[in-house]
Amino acid sequence: MDFQSCVNIKKEWDIVGARQLGRDIARKIGFGTVDQARIATAISELARNIYLYAGTGKICFEAIEDMNHKGLRIVAMDDGPGIKELSQVMEDGFSTSGGLGAGLPGVKRLMDDFDIQSEDGKGTEIKAVKWLR
Amino acid sequence: MDQKLKDIVIGHSDDIVKMWLEEVNKKKSSDYTATISDELFESTNREFVNVIFTSIEKSGLTNDLNDFSERLINLGWPLSYLTDGMQVFRRVITEYILKQSEQIDSDYFAEVLRKVDGWVDPVINQLVNEYSGSWEHIVSLQRVALQELSAPLIPVMDNITIMPLIGTIDTERAKLIMENLLDGVIKHNAEVVLIDITGVPVVDTMVAHHIIQAAEAVRLIGSRCILVGIRPEIAQTIVNLGIDLGKFPTKSSLRKGFKSALELTNRTIEDVQSKEQDIENLIDSLNRE
Repeated sequence: MDFQSCVNIKKEWDIVGARQLGRDIARKIGFGTVDQARIATAISELARNIYLYAGTGKICFEAIEDMNHKGLRIVAMDDGPGIKELSQVMEDGFSTSGGLGAGLPGVKRLMDDFDIQSEDGKGTEIKAVKWLR
Repeated sequence: MDQKLKDIVIGHSDDIVKMWLEEVNKKKSSDYTATISDELFESTNREFVNVIFTSIEKSGLTNDLNDFSERLINLGWPLSYLTDGMQVFRRVITEYILKQSEQIDSDYFAEVLRKVDGWVDPVINQLVNEYSGSWEHIVSLQRVALQELSAPLIPVMDNITIMPLIGTIDTERAKLIMENLLDGVIKHNAEVVLIDITGVPVVDTMVAHHIIQAAEAVRLIGSRCILVGIRPEIAQTIVNLGIDLGKFPTKSSLRKGFKSALELTNRTIEDVQSKEQDIENLIDSLNRE
């Protein structure tokens, strides 16, 4: 299973679309309900960040496989304003929009691997992987 | 010129219809209309082409066209059947007129094209408008229906109300939930409100944030809020996200939540069975004597 599918995030309801596609793919790979919920929540956070801060962007899913296990990679990309306070946003409770500030650190805890790249004014790319155990 | 072209088309309508039917039938085998029976397809085609001809004859849109499109919409025929049909018609009719004419120069050709467009385009526009109008109507009806379902409040007992939430919570719905919750608490004079999230597929930070705010607002107007229906996987994601729901009580099921709501309002559930059992025993013992 080596495919890649993307969902464009433009409206608030696209978040739901991304979540459903992600959950479907996770189910096909063989994740259990708890991990499906984790993945769906992580997608929800990433997609909402795109919708709230960048306006538009996309979320891509990829079924991956290394030597001994399978996994799902989620890539969230946007050309938004980027994140200036990169170290701060990874701390719990930091929010510029009056939210809970648990989004990105939460995603990091929900997933196994987490990588964020962002440049001021040039957009953000977040890669997160969940491995099947 | 104007009348001449029209005369060609009307005069040879039989030939044109035949050509058109052949073309349309060729399309049938491969695509969307494969599930429609042959007779129905046949009769619809005849009617369609008649409708087109009447609108050309009367040089304008007719009621027939409206009736026809309305019926197809109700039957659920795809729009592409109509647009494909009109495209085929345009092609057939242009070809036919050009074949009938003796002298063809570029002026004449342009004139024919313009004339044919003048017949075909209004019909296409009308059909597309009818279809998209009906879709928009359906979408708006569904939006209203969804809104009615979005944040219901059920007063199950004196001082206890339940708000069952089902489906995705977006910003608009979160606002509705807050408003209905506060209005309802005042209106029903509720002491305890149970918010049931059994049917909410994903609880992310935004949803949690809205629930926390709603609970806080309920607390401010003097009532208590219990969050119920937290499924095990949702509990795990909430912990992973690091969301603090410690400010108000939570329960795994509506049943448990309802029980503690009763306790909070100084009531308990009592079995009436035991009393009945006593009476039955008494009657039994009387019978035995």
